[in-house]
Formats: sequence, C-alpha cells, structure tokens
Amino acid sequence: MKPAPFAYVRPQGLQHALEALAADPGAKVLAGGQSLVPLLSMRLAAPSTLVDINALPDLDGIRVDDTGIHVGALARHADVLASADVRRVQPLVTLALSHVAHATIRNRGTTVGSIVHADAAAEMPMVLALLGGSVTVASTSGTRTIPASGLFAGPLESTLRHDEIALEAFFPGLGAGEGVGFEEVARRHGDYALVGAGAVVRVEGEAVVAAEVGFLSASDVPVVVDVTDPLGGVVSTSSTDRAGELALQHLDPAEDLHATAAYRRQLVRVLTTRVLGAAYDDALGRARGEA
Amino acid sequence: MTTKLFGERVPRVEDQRFLRGKGRYVDDVLVGPGAGGVLHAAVLRSPHAHARIVDIDVSDVLDIDGVHLVWTHDDLSGAMAEPLPLLIPHPQLTHGRTQYALAKDEVNYVGEAIAFVVADDRYLAEDAVGRIKVSYEFLPPVVGLDGARGAEHLVHEDVPGNVAARLEQENGDARAAIASAPHTLSLDLTVERSASTPLEGRGTVARWDPDTGRMTVWTSTQTSTGVRAAIAAKLGMDLGQVDVVTPDVGGGFGVKINHPWPEELLVPLAARTLGRVVKFTEDRREHFISAAHERGQQHQVEVGYDDDGRILGLDVRFWHDNGAYTPYGLIVPIITSTQLLGPYKPGAYRVVFESLYTNTVMVTPYRGAGRPQGCYVMERTMDAIAAALGKDRTEVRSANFIQPDEFPYDHGLIFQDGRELEYDSGDYPASLDKLKALVGWDEFPAFREEMARERRRVGIGLACYVEGTGVGPYEGAHVHIETSGKVKVATGLTTQGQGHATVFAQIVADALGVGFENVEVVTGDTRRMPYAVGTFASRAAVMSGSAIHLAALRTREKVLRIAADALEASEDDLEIVDGVVSVKGTPDGTASIDLGTVAVLSNPLRYAFDEASKAATQFTVGDPGKPPVAEDDEPGLEGRDFYSPERSTFASGMHAVIVETDPDTAEIKILKYAVVHDCGRLINPMIVEGQIQGGVAQGVGGALYERMAYDESGQLVNASFMDFLMPYVTEVPAHIDIDHLETPSPLNPLGIKGAGEAGVIPSAAVFASAIEDAEAPYHPGLGITAMPISPSELFELRQAHPPVEPVETKESS
Repeated sequence: MKPAPFAYVRPQGLQHALEALAADPGAKVLAGGQSLVPLLSMRLAAPSTLVDINALPDLDGIRVDDTGIHVGALARHADVLASADVRRVQPLVTLALSHVAHATIRNRGTTVGSIVHADAAAEMPMVLALLGGSVTVASTSGTRTIPASGLFAGPLESTLRHDEIALEAFFPGLGAGEGVGFEEVARRHGDYALVGAGAVVRVEGEAVVAAEVGFLSASDVPVVVDVTDPLGGVVSTSSTDRAGELALQHLDPAEDLHATAAYRRQLVRVLTTRVLGAAYDDALGRARGEA
Repeated sequence: MTTKLFGERVPRVEDQRFLRGKGRYVDDVLVGPGAGGVLHAAVLRSPHAHARIVDIDVSDVLDIDGVHLVWTHDDLSGAMAEPLPLLIPHPQLTHGRTQYALAKDEVNYVGEAIAFVVADDRYLAEDAVGRIKVSYEFLPPVVGLDGARGAEHLVHEDVPGNVAARLEQENGDARAAIASAPHTLSLDLTVERSASTPLEGRGTVARWDPDTGRMTVWTSTQTSTGVRAAIAAKLGMDLGQVDVVTPDVGGGFGVKINHPWPEELLVPLAARTLGRVVKFTEDRREHFISAAHERGQQHQVEVGYDDDGRILGLDVRFWHDNGAYTPYGLIVPIITSTQLLGPYKPGAYRVVFESLYTNTVMVTPYRGAGRPQGCYVMERTMDAIAAALGKDRTEVRSANFIQPDEFPYDHGLIFQDGRELEYDSGDYPASLDKLKALVGWDEFPAFREEMARERRRVGIGLACYVEGTGVGPYEGAHVHIETSGKVKVATGLTTQGQGHATVFAQIVADALGVGFENVEVVTGDTRRMPYAVGTFASRAAVMSGSAIHLAALRTREKVLRIAADALEASEDDLEIVDGVVSVKGTPDGTASIDLGTVAVLSNPLRYAFDEASKAATQFTVGDPGKPPVAEDDEPGLEGRDFYSPERSTFASGMHAVIVETDPDTAEIKILKYAVVHDCGRLINPMIVEGQIQGGVAQGVGGALYERMAYDESGQLVNASFMDFLMPYVTEVPAHIDIDHLETPSPLNPLGIKGAGEAGVIPSAAVFASAIEDAEAPYHPGLGITAMPISPSELFELRQAHPPVEPVETKESS
C-alpha cells in the first residue's frame, strides 16, 4: 500500500498550479486527499504528477451573500459544517455535511474536492445538484462556471477538463417559504450511504407549491426529481408515496455487497417520505419564525 | 497486612503506555536515527484463485537500483523448499495439505505468496513486485461450501471430493432416540466467513549477527516459542542460535497463533543471506487475502424432544470450509462439534462433519474458534423447539441444563485437546436466573406492547454457551527477586493487549507479599522463558497465571528459608508484608529483613555494589562448614515452576439482547445487551469486563456487519475496511450490563477459568433469536437461519414472508 512513483509540485500561486497541471496530461490535483491518497496507496491511481494546491492563497474562504454560499476550494468540510453563516443561509448544506464520513476525514477533506470527485454516493454532489448550485473552475485559458446540472457526467466523472482546477462552489441560499430535509441510511455511522435523500419544499400558507428531492447512491450520478405534481399541494402518506414512485422512475438503484436493488428501492420510498415530511415541517416552522 | 490484590479492580499498568502512543510494536523495532540500514520486504501474491504456475520471469526486477533480493520457490532449498508444517495432525485428517513458503507449481487462493522481494524501502519493493511476470494456466476455482460439496472441481487434484477430513462422534444412539421421540424438528443453518482482523497485521523483523552467530527475530505472534522452533528447523539452525521476541501486539484474536507464516521464515532467511536487518510489515489488503479466516459452516440438524422440550436425541451433520490448506488441523470443526452442546445434556448426540477444501484463504481459529457456530446451531434448535411447543425459550433451556450437582459431567466425547469432554464446574440454572433479572426477561412482553403502540418493533433473544478454556499442555514461569527488592517475572506466552502485566503482577504481589508496583512481567521473549506454548484458547490466565502463582510460591519458600536463617527464627513464624520479612508479632523494625537483602544473602558473591549488599553484612547465613552454595541449592533468589492441567476447565455464560427493527428500513438497533459470565474466580473484574465488552463488540460485527464476500472466481471483493464492515464504536452497545457468577475451577490452584473468547461466542445465536422474535408477530414463519444478517437481508426475508393483517398498532382498551 505504497504509491507508485510520482512527481510532486506545490505551487505558491494559481498561475503556476494551472501551468503545472496543463504541462502533464497525467497530473492530478491534490487538495484534501481523502479520496485520492487511498487510491494512490492502493495503486488504483498512478498519476505522473501531483499538483498540491494547499499552498495557494485565498482559496480557503467560506463567504455568504444575498444569493447564497461561496465555498473556496481549500475550505475543509469541518469548517463549512461549523459555520453559523452557512447554517443560516442554506441549512441543507449543514444537514448534509454532518453525514459526510467521520470528523477526522472532515478535518482534511474539502467540500469542493468532494463535489468534483463526483461520487454518486457522496452527499455534497447531490446537495449541489438539488440546490441548483455551480462550480467555478480555472485553467490557463481562463475561468468558467459550470452549473450543477452540467457537472456530473457519470460515476466518478465530472465535466471538468483535465487542465482545470475548481476554485469555488456556490450553493444558493434558502428561498422564502422554503424548508429542507436530509436523511440517509448507511451500514455504519459515517459510511457511504446505501441511499440518501435531501428535499427542498416551498410552501405558501400550508400548501406545497414546489418540491424537489435529490438522491445519492441511487443511480450513477446524483439525481434530482421534481415531485411537486405528485404531492398535489400536500404532504401526506399517499402523496409522498406517489412522490417516491415517481422518483423511482428516474432512478436506477443497483445491487452491491451491502444491499439488493429491491432494498435500495424500498429506501428510496421510505426516505422520500421522511425527507419530504421533514422539509415540509421545516418550511412551516420557518414561516412561523421558529427556525 | 498487605491488601490482597486478587479480585481487585487494579488499573492496568499497560494503559499509560498504550494510551499515550508509547506502545512498541514490530513495525517500531529498530526504527529511528540509529537504526539505518533496515531493508523492507514485499510479497508477490497470486491474483488468481486456482492456477498452475507456468513461468515466473523476474528479469525486469534484478537490475532495479535498491532491490537486494528476489526469490521464488526455485531459490529455496532444503527444508525451506518443503511445505510448511501441519501443526496439529489428526488421524482423521486423512488429506491434510499445507502451502509452501513460496508457491511451487500451483496457487490455490488469491493472495498465496509467489515471490519475495527485499529492497531499500517498501515503495521500491512494491514497484519491484509489480514488475515480476508470471504465466498461469488457469484451473477452475472451487468457491464456497456448495462448490466444495458439489466437488465438480477439485482444489487439490489428489483430494477426492475436496474432503480433507471426516470425523464422527456419538454418545448413545441419537438416530434411534430421534426416531422414537414424541416430537422432531429439522433445521438447515449457515454461518458465513469472517476473520480476526487485528488492527496490527502481521509483521516480522530479523537481525542476523554474524559475530555471535545469533538470529534475533521480532514477530507479531501469539507464540514466540513456536516461531522460534520453526525458524530453527526451517533455516537449519540450532535452537540456541535463535531468539524470538514478541513486543506489543496490536491484536491477535487467533490469526497469529497459526505459524510460521511464510514471511516469518523468509525474513530471517533474507537477513542471514544479506547480512542486513530485514523487515516485513503487511498491509491491510495482504492481511485480508493472505492471513486466515474462520466461521464458514453449513449445518443440518435433526432433533427429537419430549413435551417439556427436553432433547432426547440430537443428530448434527455439518460441513466446514477450511479454505485452501489445513495448517491448524481440525481444531476449529472439532471445537464446533463438541462445544455445540453448551450447558445442555441431550439424551443422545451424534455429530458428523466434513472439513472441505475451497480455493480461498485458509481457515484457522478466530476468537471463539468454532464455538460461535456451535452455539448458534444449538441455540437456534432450542428456539425452534420452544416455538414448536409454544413454550418460553428459557423454559426449554432449563429443561435441558446440566444441573449443579452433576459435575464433573462427562459428555462421552473427545475434545480438541484429545482429552475427554468433561465439564469441571458451573451453575447454569443460577446463571439463567441472573440473566433473566439483568435483561428484564419477564417484563419484556409489557415493553413489547408499549413499543408496538408507538409502531416500534422490538424483540428479545438469549443464548447460552460453555467454553473449554485453559487447554494444556503447559506454561511456565520464572520469578526473580533482585537485590533492589524488585521482582522480575517472565512467562513465555505472548501478550496482545489482555493486561497480563497487570493480572500476573497481582498474583505475584499476593503470593510474595510485595508491592504491586515492584513487580514487572515480561512475556513472549524466548530469552527469558524458552518453554511455552502460546496465547490462545482463553488459556493465559489459567495456564501462566497458575504457573506464575506456583513459581512465586517456590520463590517465597526460598525467601523464608534464608530469612529464617538470617533472623534466627522459624520459617513458620515469618510473614512477608510490603517486601519485608519479619517475625510475626514483633514491633516494626525489629527482627526483620527486606527482600533485597534476602536476595543479597542468597548469592554468596563478595562484591558489594549497592546499599542492599552493605545492609546484608549484619546478617550471617549458611553453614560455615559447608560450601557457600550448598549441594542442593542454587545462588540467587529465584523460583521456577510449570503448570500442566489434566484437562481444560469449562467457563460458561449467557447473553441476552433486546433489539429494535425498523418496520420500514429493516435497520437493526441494539437497545439492551446483558451478559452473565462465569470464569471462576476473577483475578481482576475490570479486565474480565473489558474482555467481555471487546468480545461483544467483535460479536456484533460477526452477527450484523462482517462477512468475507468472495465472487465466483474466488476474488475477495471486500478486502478493505471500507467494504468489510468492522463495527465502529457507534455500532456497538455503549453500555453492557454484566453480572458475574463465580464457580471456582477445581483444576487449578487459583480456581480460575479463561475469559478471553467468551464475549464473542453467543453473538450470532443471540441476535438471530432476538431479530426473529421482533419479526415474528408481523411476518409469521420468518426464521433466521443464516448469519450474519444485514438490513437488506432482513428486508428480503420480510418480502418472502408477507405480513399478516392486522398486526401493527393495537390500541389498549
């Protein structure tokens, strides 16, 4: 469990990092390293160069504004999780982060790194997709912003080009009348979820006017399903059942060591009900000024 | 009077070191600035489950800078080129097979060692391993017990039916008893593979000293003496040239009693060949695919019983997956076949097993060593009888218990140590009473109703076991009182975190009348105690504890003899308190002598180096007319003794668990876990409870999380801690209710029985019982017959047993 030989550079400025990445088609970016380093040690990945971006300035920020949360590429999960601003502006981010692995991993792992690693079993790609966020990336030819809807191409595959470094993720803030919910079922505390779900519900008075549910570990990529129609304005046993059945039409849960596909479908149904209920209660509570 | 330490909750002397990161494991040996020049080994392991090796090409490796040595089987000679030893032969093991240190011609599991590389560091060694080219001719793999039993393909072409051994034992005529019984039942039960998975894997460091012609080997083992003998024999050395030292061991749980591992021979051989220190530290994947597993068995039970649930005849056939080789003989299935009986006395019992080869990692004992499977089979049978008769599960068990006045109880079978399966002591009815009170058995129906009103499903289960502990043949101890008054104790068996340095010091402090803090215990160092067996089978406290007690008493005899001479008193009038020998009833400071001074007097050496020697000048001992060391005496204040019991001593216990199963997700939550445990007299209740807690944690893993997932080609697809689900602290009960029963063993001087494995034995049984109980009202006929069980599997079982209506929430009237 020792990595194969690789070159290592630790640029002090972004331009140098982008040039180093562009110079070697076999190069990989190292940020928190919580996914990459195990892959190196098991020799499942053997990049020719590691471009360590941990010395780059000004990338560890967590900034909130009227529109939402801007998370820098070097911001650690633990810092995002601990941020009162983040919890206030978009509580779904905080809810989901508490399910990301273990404290020691959250101390080093970065939220942006987790997103561009594009693991359909991870929480933060799904949250970005559900909230309709985006990622800003840079290369030697400039910067661009990729919406979440165009970011996840397949299992562990994002639409970042090889020579691009993700600089920031943007999570839109909670809108008026909205509430959120998140829950997952994992074999052990901190494990990748067998299935996880998040929900955003918008109410007017007591009526549901919009509802979306995002799923992780239920397809090759994070999937977001608009369930406004099947809810028909209410959250009830029968309406959330309908939402779950609709969601299943958009999902393709697989069988693996830990769960059959049928069990995962059951979890989709159960979690859809649970997160819609939680998000609805959250929305009503916020409307009453309780949150 | 010195406070007696036996039975006290003495804090572990080890913990300061361990908790502060000061433990010293094999990988820490010869590390640091002064240690330069350690070379590192890596092993090429078979990527295929079953293949002939056509050719191995190492030419790409030889010229890598920093690579010192590449070996395949062709490079080995003499005993090293022969198969590894079959440690425990058995007449019924008619087709025993062991692997070579490096594969010769054929590989039989993914992970089998093929080539051995030594380089400047482990990175280079792994690079080199990656450049070795092996050509294979593929053979069909045999994976799983169905494949082995079907025998469409053979693991070893000269082993018909894949059958390594077939063993049958019978007491009475079980089949006739079943045929004439009022009621009968049949059960098919399976248990999947798991493994010890210590956090510290295997590791070996060897240093050859050409000046003195000595080999020093540090290895992470459960038997220093065994490894030492194996190295001497395989490397063609005199035993006296080889020292084996076992430093701190980060968990053994059985896997490290198997020996020698290929690397335990290849590392010292390389050290001698190269004249350099060589180290091998395996990585996690290597441990999963090339150490050992356990547990995989299939059972068929036929039982006949009366209206009270009393078993009249029990007939068990089972198939044991022994993996690709049988270095540890038939120990595991023999234990299953005998310890299956637990605390019960069936009218007649017959057991037949076949030990079968598969193209998977070999099977050697893992904590519990075959007992968890046996307990699971017996307890599932008890539950099935109770369900069939509509009786409380505790009643059926009570009807079958061996009674307290029936000890010693001979089952008429032969146990794993070749001796009669004869229980020495116990009180099973008392244990059950304690357990029912501890878990709230009688109050549970009300709790179940209360939970049901909240749409929550709960179930309760129990399981009982008996464990043969403290198997022979012997252990020894050496106790030495130095002139400082400090006591140095050596015993040969090894320590892997049990707290031996604490409990053995308690025994010595009591026997000698010295302060606990003045006793230092060394284990697993063949330089200090060359005669030893090892730490397994819950035997350390019984075996070495007894030996140390006896050796300390011998030392005490000599102390009293010399002190009596010096004080001109009778030995009978002397006492030892806090390291000072004095005449009973005399005021402090008069007519007394401290142990350090007695140690000086025991050795008629003229040089006075220390204060104790000066203090000794006021005393005169010995007969001036005789030689300074009398004919029947030795210099020094030492005692050495051995303990060798006629048979194992049988500990017992009972566990109960209350679980909650989620009606929607089928997740399984532990609400309460209770243990009643009888290991005879307790040396240190805190350490026993730690063993129980650790065992329960490991048992939760085995029952609800862990399995070895092989695909049909023989690849272990979950060979990492990401996919092999060892439970975290968050998955095991934060609190375990423990009660002790102490029925002293008559077989050893301290009345003790082993406690190391107990916690893990009833886990599969107790969880199967509780989960089935939770589901029974909702899914009639849902039986738990395969363990471990996951939420996904429980969900599938529910689907196969559709619910009856209406069963959910019942309003109380």
